[in-house]
Amino acid sequence: MSTRIFGSGIKRREDPRLITGEARYTDDIKLPGVLHMAVVRSPYAHANIVSIDSSAAEAMDGVVAVFSGEDVDLAGIPTAWLIPDSDLKTPEHPALAKGKVRYVGDGVAIVLADDRYTAQDAADAVNVEYEELPVVVDPEAAAQEGAPQLFDDVENNIAFRWVMGDKTASDGVFNTADVVVRDKIVQQRLLPTAMEPRSAMAQYNPATQELTLWCTSQNPHIHRFIISAVTGLNENKVRVIAPEVGGGFGSKIPCYPDEALVSWAAIKLGQPVKWTETRSENYQITIHGRDHIQYVEMAASRDGKLLGVRATVYAGMGGYLSTAAPGIPTILHGLLYVGPYMMDSVFCESIGVMTNATPTDAYRGAGRPEATFLLERMVDMVAKRIDMDPAELRRKNLIPAFEDGYEVATTLVYDSGDYPAAFEKALGIAGYDDFRREQAEARADGRYLGIGITAYTEMCGLGPSQVAGAVGFQGGLWESATVRVTPTGKVQALIGASPHGQGSETTLAQIIADELGFPVDDIEVIHGDTTETPMGWGTYGSRTTPVTGAALAKAAQKLKDKARTLAAHLMEANEDDIEYADGSFSVKGSPDQSQSIQDVALMAHLAWNMPEGMDPGFEESQFYDPPNFVYPFGTHIAIVEVDASTGDIELQRYIAVDDCGPQINPEIVAGQIHGGVVQGIAQALCEGVIYDDNGQLLTGTMMDYTMPRADMFPNFELGETVTPSPHHPIGVKGVGETGTIASTPTVYNAVLDALAPFGVEGIDMPMTSAKVWQAIQSAGS
Amino acid sequence: MWPNKFDYQRADSVDQALELIGEEGKFLAGGHSLLPVMKLRLSAPEQLVDIGRIDSLRGISANGGLRIGATTTHAEIAASSDVQSMCAALADACGGVGDQAVRNFGTIGGNIAHADPASDPPTVLVACGATVNIQGADGSRSVAAQDFFVDLFETDLEDGELITGINLPNCSDCQCAYVKFPHPASRYAIVGVAVCLKMDGGTCTQADVAVGGATVKAVKCAGAEAALAGSSLDDAALNAAADMVKADIADWLAGDVAYPESYRQQMAGVYLKRAVKAAAG
Repeated sequence: MSTRIFGSGIKRREDPRLITGEARYTDDIKLPGVLHMAVVRSPYAHANIVSIDSSAAEAMDGVVAVFSGEDVDLAGIPTAWLIPDSDLKTPEHPALAKGKVRYVGDGVAIVLADDRYTAQDAADAVNVEYEELPVVVDPEAAAQEGAPQLFDDVENNIAFRWVMGDKTASDGVFNTADVVVRDKIVQQRLLPTAMEPRSAMAQYNPATQELTLWCTSQNPHIHRFIISAVTGLNENKVRVIAPEVGGGFGSKIPCYPDEALVSWAAIKLGQPVKWTETRSENYQITIHGRDHIQYVEMAASRDGKLLGVRATVYAGMGGYLSTAAPGIPTILHGLLYVGPYMMDSVFCESIGVMTNATPTDAYRGAGRPEATFLLERMVDMVAKRIDMDPAELRRKNLIPAFEDGYEVATTLVYDSGDYPAAFEKALGIAGYDDFRREQAEARADGRYLGIGITAYTEMCGLGPSQVAGAVGFQGGLWESATVRVTPTGKVQALIGASPHGQGSETTLAQIIADELGFPVDDIEVIHGDTTETPMGWGTYGSRTTPVTGAALAKAAQKLKDKARTLAAHLMEANEDDIEYADGSFSVKGSPDQSQSIQDVALMAHLAWNMPEGMDPGFEESQFYDPPNFVYPFGTHIAIVEVDASTGDIELQRYIAVDDCGPQINPEIVAGQIHGGVVQGIAQALCEGVIYDDNGQLLTGTMMDYTMPRADMFPNFELGETVTPSPHHPIGVKGVGETGTIASTPTVYNAVLDALAPFGVEGIDMPMTSAKVWQAIQSAGS
Repeated sequence: MWPNKFDYQRADSVDQALELIGEEGKFLAGGHSLLPVMKLRLSAPEQLVDIGRIDSLRGISANGGLRIGATTTHAEIAASSDVQSMCAALADACGGVGDQAVRNFGTIGGNIAHADPASDPPTVLVACGATVNIQGADGSRSVAAQDFFVDLFETDLEDGELITGINLPNCSDCQCAYVKFPHPASRYAIVGVAVCLKMDGGTCTQADVAVGGATVKAVKCAGAEAALAGSSLDDAALNAAADMVKADIADWLAGDVAYPESYRQQMAGVYLKRAVKAAAG
């Protein structure tokens, strides 16, 4: 093959429709006779429902029906990640509250009306009497005896207690280590803030008993599975369609009550029902990310050998256990405690706690940023304690290069890595030694520069289904794909995953183009409809390129084998004499005789002249279950300057060297890294949910909750190394979350480095100007 | 994002607007203060009287001083060469309101009627001695900006009265500036400082100072003014003025969980110095 589209930064084919407003989202779909649903939501974080009077609402013109929790006969919304050996409790999560509300925004009743305004007016007119109960939003406080109890069957609000590692062995390491550093780290709650809010519309045909649900989903097949379970409809009577989905960052993985409620109401009323959340609802009820209180320690020798890490984590689950919530602060968190370092002892106790707050679940990185942060924070603290340069300490402890498997203390087997190469490359771009000189000179002038370094690896490309089963994930983690070629030689690639902004329609087409020789523009990638596409578990965990990409590559390879055989037959040549280049088969030694892949596809469809035993058609399907996770890695470096008079932080440089194996489309890789880095830095510097003591969300609008903006950032300086995954058909690793995983501690450590002359030991994130300024004042006094 | 039901009427003249407005009505100009709170259902006026197309309310005239019509947009004010030469601080402030879309729609009259304590223009109007022109059913009146802003979201405006415009003295022989510490999310001022200096050679003969954002309303700061007047704006004078400005605003402080009063008060001192330096250029 001479020309490869693999590795080419072709433009994203998704962009024209997105940029011109021609993309069709759930809310854009209009059905005649549709009813609009508004949800009456609890204004209290914890209260008993005394009474609900909907008479005024029902009397309004245009109101069709009002239902409360007692009316709705749906099964509870399930939790689908049941962590074993953790004494897991899965308290009931009714689609509408029954008797009690557990966070501000908990649904109490639904109103169905002819238009959206009337629905909202009627929702406001539903009179609910509440008896307020004591509130707890802090997960550590909620786990203490005597705290307000959310559920009768969840003692001390503790939903699970997951332990990783051998405590006795860990204690032994910590008791004998030269140096132990410790810190309390608060991983604040974050709002995923997908650009498109959530939306759902359902239509039911009573004659066929078929339900169609359009919704904002990262995984329509999982939504079908859950909607079937909660409604009692057979799964083959449920069709879930995720049309254009405007970002998710994890927040569109879960099945929420709202999707179940539109389905139920459409069945009950025999009319289509639509609901689209407002941005205020999005902030109040769509899952939040993070919310850890971590007590972390690291042990090291005096000469800079990292010996072990241990942590107790209180993970806030919110008012109910969301779909994948228990897996986030456990499997996706603790297993990352070794990072890229040679470190033999790990211990984690992660306590999932119910609180009077919005449920949490996977948010970009999901557990892994919280692990990488604590490791990198600890490494910097060890460096300071033993007075060793933090780059030198990392260099000394990085796992040396390996090509095919490296088992670490958490039991993971990393696939491949060359951490020192990425590390040295990043330091080189940054000019680390020069920076230290510049920093010293600046300090002498009363200017406070700082540098932060993060070396990381992470596990993504979720994942082997056998592992999924072993860790209690109630699903598989394979993907499937069908490559279908039309008689005229155009390709439809049908995938079970459901991209929603990642550019996968482009990158996956590039994979097929290379494997099969069709022009990339002749390949369409089709996703998002459970009836059109084969089964798949969805787009999250940086898995679509590695897992779906592998399925497509293998399906394409099968087609190519068929094409080669058919081409040989058509040219009356021996298959061993067939050569392939640029989408064309020819016979060795007779270059004028050739069959293009399009010719072969046509002949396969016509089936006029097939080899003995070959079936007609030109289509192949492939299931792919990865044998391992993939482990991208890299090193990020930030340089900041802090204005001591105001606490303002200026991010001056950001260097990201990432290794995701061979890059299918470097522009898209860069885009993923840029977006991820921005999101991660935002956690360090500006994003953070604030609740008051009553569980009221104070950061309920974009006027209060600080989303990152372009003007906060310098031009990122990207670098790469390329270490293929040994177990992957085309060597690729995921890159959707690396930026978020690496950047938060990088910037955090840079700010603390800048503040070292003041003796500042820590600042709770987000490090706003006010907090930085206050920390300087407090440290100085 | 679904406002309550309301009636909408459009007025072609100020007299008609005053006639149409009912007890539960609100005037609508650019809508960039009012409509967001209506969409959040924090405000539910039964009637909107649109004054956005009344020609006499719009535009900037310079005749000795500046007269700016109530429905003149922030963008028009920021871009006006008359404003830039006669009150550069107001051009700075209006050029920093919200984002471009907000500035293209939002009006100076709507802005001051809303009296958001963190908004930028009021601070300049108070510092620079503006007057607010008001018309009601019983006639028209003018009130000094300093007296117009009463408290948090509270003005001297009576029900049924309409702001027709503002007047500013010609400040072209002054050096004035507005600087702010914008909230990273909303870009409203966490603290905003406006200064207007009269200079004689290297000596400041008169200083007018106002602070907003850190306070429940734009506050004129006599102590800081006294510390600057008569000085050469040297470090000692700036430090003294920074200390005084913190005292000047002490009774009016505003804050929230993320940016508490104490921090805003300290920042008023820092930003006062920056504003003086920007004005003295």
